[in-house]
Amino acid sequence: MDFPLLAVLAATLTIATPLVWAALGALINERAGILNLGIEGTMYAGAFVGFLTAVTTGNPYLGLGTAVVAGLAAGALMGLLTVTLGVNQHVAGIGTTLLLVAACDFTNRLLFATGTQQAAASFERWFPGLGVLAQYPMTFVAFLVLAPLLWWVLRSTGFGLRLHAVGENPEAADAAGIPVARTRYAALMLGSALMAVGGSFLTLSLLGTFTLDIVSGRGWICIALVIFGRWKVWPVVAGALLFGFTDALQLQLAITPLFSGVPNELLIAFPYLVVIAALAVWGRRVRYPGAYLTPYRRA
Amino acid sequence: MKILLRAGESRWLAPAAVLGAVVLTLLLTAGPIRLAGANPVAAYQRYTINPLTTPGGIGDVLLAATPLLFTGLAVAVAFRVGYFNIGAEGQFLAGAIAATIPGLYLPGLPAALALPLAAASGALGGLLWGFLPAFLKRRAHIDEVVTTLLLNPVALLLVQGLLNGPWRNSETGFPDSDRYGAGYTLPTLAEGSRVHWGFVIGLALVVVVFVVMSFTPLGLRLRAAGQSPGAARFSGIRVTTLQFRSALVSGALAGLGGAVQVLGVQHQLTASISNGYGYTGVVVATLGALTAGGVLLVSLLLGDIAVGAQNASIALQLPTQMGAIVSSTLLLAVVALLAARRYRVVLRRPFVRRRSTAERGDS
Repeated sequence: MDFPLLAVLAATLTIATPLVWAALGALINERAGILNLGIEGTMYAGAFVGFLTAVTTGNPYLGLGTAVVAGLAAGALMGLLTVTLGVNQHVAGIGTTLLLVAACDFTNRLLFATGTQQAAASFERWFPGLGVLAQYPMTFVAFLVLAPLLWWVLRSTGFGLRLHAVGENPEAADAAGIPVARTRYAALMLGSALMAVGGSFLTLSLLGTFTLDIVSGRGWICIALVIFGRWKVWPVVAGALLFGFTDALQLQLAITPLFSGVPNELLIAFPYLVVIAALAVWGRRVRYPGAYLTPYRRA
Repeated sequence: MKILLRAGESRWLAPAAVLGAVVLTLLLTAGPIRLAGANPVAAYQRYTINPLTTPGGIGDVLLAATPLLFTGLAVAVAFRVGYFNIGAEGQFLAGAIAATIPGLYLPGLPAALALPLAAASGALGGLLWGFLPAFLKRRAHIDEVVTTLLLNPVALLLVQGLLNGPWRNSETGFPDSDRYGAGYTLPTLAEGSRVHWGFVIGLALVVVVFVVMSFTPLGLRLRAAGQSPGAARFSGIRVTTLQFRSALVSGALAGLGGAVQVLGVQHQLTASISNGYGYTGVVVATLGALTAGGVLLVSLLLGDIAVGAQNASIALQLPTQMGAIVSSTLLLAVVALLAARRYRVVLRRPFVRRRSTAERGDS
């Protein structure tokens, strides 16, 4: 049996794409000290809103745009709850996810009551003849633009350093004249917009349609990847590729005769278990951002 | 206008915040209800009052509240000690799977043996599903939020894998298990009602958790560990051990909930057995202020809304997901306004010195 390595590598990049977008969004949030468990719902909203726009307008770029707007709104909601009001971040995040998923399912049911899911206008792959490189536009942007840009922004720009400051020591940042609340809002809205783009990749590129439970825990994977990658851009991207590879391998094994006896669901669960194992090995005693989970109020 | 931190807190402020949150929820959800072409007032009446007007409706509310009692207690017990178990969903499913094992493989057992066995098996299943995150937290300081969350989709995949594989229905071929032996049926509370003894078990656990938390030295240690881990550790309380044990109890409670649901309602394992009860447990526990009594009240309220949402979907063509929108909006509104009560709004000229001490008293 010859192993289709090229196909698996190509699938790795595709599967890792939404995770790179959303995990880097979560990384921005957490650098500012906020654990955003709204990620699952934000990805779901991005997927649904993007799909809805693409169906009605026939333009996937507009779908991408509205997904960004949905993400900004979700980030603002998280900001209101965790930054302005100082609500427990776990509760605010789970509440946001539950609300966004319910709102999307509700709207989906209202508009597509008959159960027939329409196909949306979706992105085409670039360079169709080039094997591994035949990828969706958002994949190229994720690896070639987003990751390097964010890496540079976080380490070399004022905004990146301010993010770091409010996430590590908001008292000191405040004393130095950095607007803590505004910086955290910016982090939440920017990060949530990236999460929504990640979600919209599922509908606008990968599937071309919307199905219930389309995100299916990818948001939680991203939260794990950020810890696994210790809040650094390239290790997080590497983690997303690791997950993408195990998922691609799993998909390949599912159609391999040797593994036909293994239940499909076991193979689908495999990447989740790999992430937990990776966390158990490399996530021990990591140093969290100094102000992780802590709201800031002037004394 | 200026927003300032409040110096003191008066007694009526928390109830007022909750009441305000209810009003805010009604206002916010009126929009989508209108969008669906229904009258908001009629919808709220269906969600809250209508289910309680008939005996059958009340029964449905108790039935809907039953799984929430278990998952709500599970989350409350863990959160109370500062262990953020967001995996009640997976533990509930693991409990349902574990209770199904005797139900399918020992179908001939009489009820007196079958029910305790299946319930214990379910609790053990939930406990085992919660063990790995608790162990990793204790031994390697790995964040339990992430690991418990990640195990939720894995548990669902395990259910689906079993139902598509070894437990596929032998008569219909559909992906749901065969029905359990006759002994594995939790009796109903009254003839013709669907409310089963699982609700009573849930009530008993509410009482147990209340008594342990309020009146025992263990409860005091648990509350101390949750409220102020540093001080608790200093006074000799082994916080990580307490968290570890609470995590296991939490998993067992959620697992027992899964067992009760299959034994009392479905009498077989289905892929849609959980319906998000584990995540709703976070809502129940938070709105219930992590207390046993609060969990009971909020379970009944959300059960009421869930039954109302079912009715409204038929009577008003309002999709059932509206119920989830109402309960999650209520959650966010309550936590937001409870947090907001720390602030006061000064409408004009905050720099004018007023009777500051008197003001502190009446705000």
